[in-house]
Amino acid sequence: MSSLEQMYQQVILDHARHPHGRGLVDVAAGHLAGESHQVNPTCGDEVTLRVDVVPAADGAGPVVAGVSWEGQGCSISQASTSVMTELVSGRSVAEVERLDAVFHDLMGSRGKGLDDDAAEDALGDATAFTGVSQYPARIKCALLGWAALKDSLARSGALAG
Amino acid sequence: MTTTDTVRPAGAPGPAVDAVDWAAVRADFPLLERTVRGGRPLVYLDSAATSQKPNVVLEAEVEFYETRNAAVHRGAHQLAEEATEAFEDARAAVAAFVGADTDEIVWTPGATSALNLVAYALGNATAGRGGAAAERFVLRPGDEIVVTEAEHHANLVPWQELCARTGAVLRWFGVTDDGRPDLSAIDDVITDRTRVVAFGHVSNVTGAVAPVAELVAAARRVGALTVLDACQSVPHLPVDLHGLGVDFAAFSAHKMLGPTGVGALYGRRELLAAMPPVTTGGSMVEVVTMEATTYAPPPQRFEAGTQMVAQAVGMGVAAQWLGELGMANVAAHERALAAELVKIADIPGVRIVGPADTADRLAVVSFVVDGVHAHDVGQVLDDKGIAVRVGHHCAQPLHRRFGVAATARASASVYTTVEEVVAFREALAGVRAFFGVE
Repeated sequence: MSSLEQMYQQVILDHARHPHGRGLVDVAAGHLAGESHQVNPTCGDEVTLRVDVVPAADGAGPVVAGVSWEGQGCSISQASTSVMTELVSGRSVAEVERLDAVFHDLMGSRGKGLDDDAAEDALGDATAFTGVSQYPARIKCALLGWAALKDSLARSGALAG
Repeated sequence: MTTTDTVRPAGAPGPAVDAVDWAAVRADFPLLERTVRGGRPLVYLDSAATSQKPNVVLEAEVEFYETRNAAVHRGAHQLAEEATEAFEDARAAVAAFVGADTDEIVWTPGATSALNLVAYALGNATAGRGGAAAERFVLRPGDEIVVTEAEHHANLVPWQELCARTGAVLRWFGVTDDGRPDLSAIDDVITDRTRVVAFGHVSNVTGAVAPVAELVAAARRVGALTVLDACQSVPHLPVDLHGLGVDFAAFSAHKMLGPTGVGALYGRRELLAAMPPVTTGGSMVEVVTMEATTYAPPPQRFEAGTQMVAQAVGMGVAAQWLGELGMANVAAHERALAAELVKIADIPGVRIVGPADTADRLAVVSFVVDGVHAHDVGQVLDDKGIAVRVGHHCAQPLHRRFGVAATARASASVYTTVEEVVAFREALAGVRAFFGVE
């Protein structure tokens, strides 16, 4: 498989053509809401992302009930945001923060992937972006949605404490 | 080089087009011999971003450092004399190349700095610096500065900032559907309130050549200053700044086969003489006391601090080299490349942003591919060794005008070949299939 084919894996092309979570959705009553607009200034790609977070209760931490977003950009940014939406929905905020860190590590791996198989497995389809990490100019495309997610969670108050 | 070694000003008749050995010209650019992405020959179609450098420019910089390096305009030793001579000879070469007098050329770190220099000088005049001589530069609330919607950010944002500091109002010409400044209401845009008309000679996105004469005439009728962003014209066309009649012009070396880190501001002699300084410090003064300072005449007044001498020498050599090639020849060579580039409009799903024909346009062509983002287009081309620019090319308002966030752009220079453009077209034709959008 060429470097180009490693980057544009079928799962990425599929998500780019049919992205998940597109279209901003109202946050459920009683839930925490956070929204973030992120721009990639070099290419004008942008995403507006909203999180719906079930607040912490009875000793359980906050949980991401859902993610919705609008945006436009290249296939990598669109697919990455789509894959991330599926990956994090229903997971605890603490777990989402761990996945965010692992995905950043993957993007820093220069195409080699991670030594930690368990961590990579946790990323699911997001491991398909390993090929992107060979192209320094495209890494921020893959990270655009993740940056919006992290900022949305911070704005929702779910990261406090 | 296949031509004589005399310095020929741009626009002067050079050798006939068929007398230039373009393959030999290309062979002067060592970088173009390298391969990329797993051994593929490099097809460099990003010259509008920055050009590659011929051996003569590279050697001139090395030669300066090896034999003549010293600070200029100070020190009485032999090296300082030789460095100063090289620096000033380079200024003369650049001036001759663009049809200016030598003392009308100010070295700057680049075109962006040159444009900011003018904007900040006007701001300083408005703040009362420069005395009565600078009165002509003073802006008052309600005065207007006119640009176009096609400007590079470097010829837009400095004027926005100047307006914010002075109370002047920014106005602009819109852009026609084929990417040219829309001058249909020119007398409603350039009025008695207009003090500055700033515009690009050639759009770095659409490649369209602006109607300079019409804009200069309109500005003169109302006594407004004209500022020409000549970054994309000086490397590709015969440019005679005196003939064009503009008041100021900015261009950078790195787009015209010269080094990075140096460019030039052209200003009409009496305007530079009346203009207050912007960056202050060493080398630009006459008498400094603890109370006050008087300033050197131009161009030194605008060249504070230790100068980028080796780069200036390289820019002078680049100008001389292009002048020897003959800018009429360069323009003819690149006109043929433009004709090959615009043929991408025949590829299904490819749409040019800008003029689709070759009239009054240069070999810089931006385009969108239906269903495929510009970044993805660029990546597929890069995989075949073809380097194009993707993004908004520092012209977000123009892209917004056309309803796109990003385009891909292919641009040529003296070393570009028709075969490279053909390879680009063939690769581009396969992009939609790769992403399954056919």
